[in-house]
Amino acid sequence: MSDDAKTLDVWVAGTEEPDLAPTDEGAQEISVDESGRRLDEQFGRVVDDDYVFDDEADEDERMILNMGPQHPSTHGVLRLQIELEGEIIRRTKPIIGYLHTGMEKTGEQLNFSQGGTNVTRMDYLAPLHNELAYSLAVERLLGIEVPPRAAAIRVLLTELNRCSSHLVALATNGMDIGAISMMIYGFREREQILAFFEKTTGLRMNHNFIRPGGVAADLPPGWKDDVAAIIEELPRRLGQYDDLLENNPIWLARTKGVGVISAEEATAYGITGPTLRSTGVDWDLRKAFPYSGIERYEFEVPVGEHGDVYDRYRIRVEEIKQSLSIVEQVMDTIPKGDYRVDDRKVTPPPRARIDESMEALIHHFKLFTEGYKVPAGETYVAVESPRGELGCYLVSDGEAQPYRMHTRAPSFSNLQALPIAMADSLMADTVATIASLDPVMGDVDR
Amino acid sequence: MATTAPGNLLMTTIDKAARWARTRSMFPASFGLACCAIEMMATGAAHYDLGRFGMEVFRASPRQSDLMVVAGRVSQKMAPVLRQVYDQMPDPKWVISMGACASTGGMFNNYALVQGVDQVVPVDIYVPGCPPGPQSLMHGILTLHDKIMKGEIAS
Amino acid sequence: MTDETGVVETEEAAEIPERPLPDNEVLRALFGQFEDVGWEDSLGQDVARVPNERWREFASAARDAGFEVCVDVTAVDWMRHRPDRFEVVANLLSMQHRLRLRMITTAPRQEPTVASLVPVWPGVNFPEREAYDMFGIVFDGHPDLTRILMPDEWDGHPLRKDFGVGLVPVQFKESHKVV
Repeated sequence: MSDDAKTLDVWVAGTEEPDLAPTDEGAQEISVDESGRRLDEQFGRVVDDDYVFDDEADEDERMILNMGPQHPSTHGVLRLQIELEGEIIRRTKPIIGYLHTGMEKTGEQLNFSQGGTNVTRMDYLAPLHNELAYSLAVERLLGIEVPPRAAAIRVLLTELNRCSSHLVALATNGMDIGAISMMIYGFREREQILAFFEKTTGLRMNHNFIRPGGVAADLPPGWKDDVAAIIEELPRRLGQYDDLLENNPIWLARTKGVGVISAEEATAYGITGPTLRSTGVDWDLRKAFPYSGIERYEFEVPVGEHGDVYDRYRIRVEEIKQSLSIVEQVMDTIPKGDYRVDDRKVTPPPRARIDESMEALIHHFKLFTEGYKVPAGETYVAVESPRGELGCYLVSDGEAQPYRMHTRAPSFSNLQALPIAMADSLMADTVATIASLDPVMGDVDR
Repeated sequence: MATTAPGNLLMTTIDKAARWARTRSMFPASFGLACCAIEMMATGAAHYDLGRFGMEVFRASPRQSDLMVVAGRVSQKMAPVLRQVYDQMPDPKWVISMGACASTGGMFNNYALVQGVDQVVPVDIYVPGCPPGPQSLMHGILTLHDKIMKGEIAS
Repeated sequence: MTDETGVVETEEAAEIPERPLPDNEVLRALFGQFEDVGWEDSLGQDVARVPNERWREFASAARDAGFEVCVDVTAVDWMRHRPDRFEVVANLLSMQHRLRLRMITTAPRQEPTVASLVPVWPGVNFPEREAYDMFGIVFDGHPDLTRILMPDEWDGHPLRKDFGVGLVPVQFKESHKVV
C-alpha cells in the first residue's frame, strides 16, 4: 500500500502548486467559420465524434485495477490484479494466500485418525472428498482394504457431496451473472442434502466421517427413505433451473463464448475437473483410476465442447444427474457387513466391549491417546472431487503422525486458468469466468 | 415516565426509536472467508431466511453497512485487510465473530492464523461452532438485536 | 576383429548388474534413455529417483513420452535423516496411457536449488512458488519466484522442520488463581 501512496500524484490544499501543464485533452474543436454548421451542431444534425477508439494504445495507457480480496464476487478471498486497456483485460495476476491456515503443518502434529478433522476443512464445499483422499492414502500405507459396505457408504456420501457442491457452484454462478433466484434455488436444494448429512454424520459440513479403515458409523435406520426423497425431488428442481436459464437469452449471451480455454492449454496447466472436461477432454478419475469400488456403478461423464462458461455450467448440471443415478444404484445394491475394517490395531473397539475386555480397553486407550503407527513409506492417491483431481501425498516415517502431508488441491491449479481465460476479454466478463472455474479458497490456500 | 419533564420523555422515546430502527435494518457487510461463509449464505437463503429481519441484503461496500460478520479463519495476510474494512464502516457498527476460528483461532493454533479476530477488531457477539449452523448464527444476530434494543451495546 | 569385440562385450555384460526396470513399456522406454535414473516401486506406484542435474532433462523426456500433465510439485524436509536435506517430488500423469509416475530428486541443506519445470509444464508455476515459500527451495528459471501463501515480508519458511508450529498457549479464565 505504501508504494502506491508514493507514486500517487496527490495535491494537498495549501502546499505547492500542482504540476498541471495546460493541455487540449478532451477539448472539442469549435468550428468558427460556418455559422450554418454551428446551427447544425446545436440542432444535433452533425455529430463531432470524439469517442472513436484508436486501435493502438501505448503501454502507459494501461491501468492496473485491484479486485479483492474482499469483494462479493470473488468466491472467497481471491485478489486479482488486472491490467486494463479501457475495458479490455490484457493481463491478470491472481494473488492468493489470504486464507492460508497452515493445514499441512497442523497435519504433522495430529495423528492419523485425527488427520481427517484437519483435511476436511480444506475444500469446505466437498469435505467428504478431502477425507476420502486422505483415508485412501493412509490405508494404502497401512496395506488394508476396507470392507465393501464401507466402500459403498463412501461412494454414497461422496456422490451426494458432489451434488451439494455443484448446487453451490450453480447458485453462486447464477447470482454472480445476475440470476439472483439461482442463489435461493441452489441453497434450497442443498438444505435437503445437508439434512441427510446431519442425520448420518452429525454435522452439516466438515463431517470427519470417512476415516482410515472405513467410516465412523453405520448409516442410520430409515436412510433409504431420505435418499429416495432426495432422488425424487432433485431432478424436478433441476428442471426449474432449466426453465430459468436454459433458453434465457441474457444467460446465453453472458455465458456462451466467454472465458474460453483450449484443451492444450488446460492439460499443460494441469487443470482438471469440469473445467478440463468443458474443453473436450474426456478425463475423469472415477473412470480412469477407479477407487472405493466405484467401477461397479454405471454412469456417464459429461464432456463439453467449447471450453466456455456455458459448457461448464451445463456439465455441472449433468453431473448432478449422473451422481443421483449412482446414488440410486448404491441404494439398491448396498452390501451388508462391517462399516469399518476389522483390524484391532486400527479400528477402535465398540464402546460396549470396553467394559468387558481388558484388551479392548487397552486398545481404546492406545488408539485415542497415541494413535496407531503407520509403516514408513510414501504414496500419492487422488480422487475426483467436484473441482478436479484432489490428491493426497503422504509420507510416513513409522510414527503415529504423518511426516509430511501434502494435498494436491484442484482449485490451486485451476486458478492458473484464470489469466488465460481472461486475457483479451472484457472486464464485465471477469465475474462470470471466476464463478465458472469454481475456486474454493480453502483449497487454494490450505 | 410520567414524572419526568416532557423534554426528557421525548429524548428517551427518540433514543428508543433510534435503537429500534438500527436493529430492524441492519445491513451486513459481506466478509465471508471460509466454511462459515457458506453457512452464512445458507442463513440468508430461503430455508433459514434472514430477510425476515431485513438483513438478506449483504452490502458489497463497507461504507453502506453496519454489521460485519467475520465468518471464517483470519490469516496473517488477511488481518490488515480486515482492519481496513472495519475502519471504512461508518458508526454505529457492530461485529459478530462467527465460528471457532474467528473467535479464538479454532482448531488451528499455528503460525498462520490470528488467534481470534478480537485481536484486530472489537467484537460484540461470539458465535461458537465449527461451522455454527444457521440457527446458531441467527441466535447470535437476534441476541445482538436484543442487546442493542436494551441499550447494553451502544455501538 | 568381430571375434575380439564379441569377447569384450560378453565380459562387460556379465559384470554390469541388471538395473530394475518397470514392466510397462512406455516407462521402460523412458527409463532406458537415462542410465543414472533409478526406478523404484513404492507400494505399487512407479517412482523415478532423478539426480539433481538431470531434473529438467528427465521431465522433458517424460513429457515427450506421453506425460502431458504434471499434477503437482512439492517438497519434503528430511532434516538430519538423509544426507541431502530436501526432496523435491513431482507427480506426473499421462492421460493417453493412463499412467502415473513420480519423480523425486534431492537438494542439499545449503542453498537448495532445483531446475524449474515451468518451461516443460507451465502449470507448475504456482506449486513451485508454494514449495519456495514453504521450504526455501530455489527453482532455477522460474519466471516469478516470490512468496505466494505467506505475506511478502514474512521471515522464514514455515514447513521446514526447524520452524515451530507457532502454538499460542491457551489462557484459561482461572489461570491467575494459584492451584
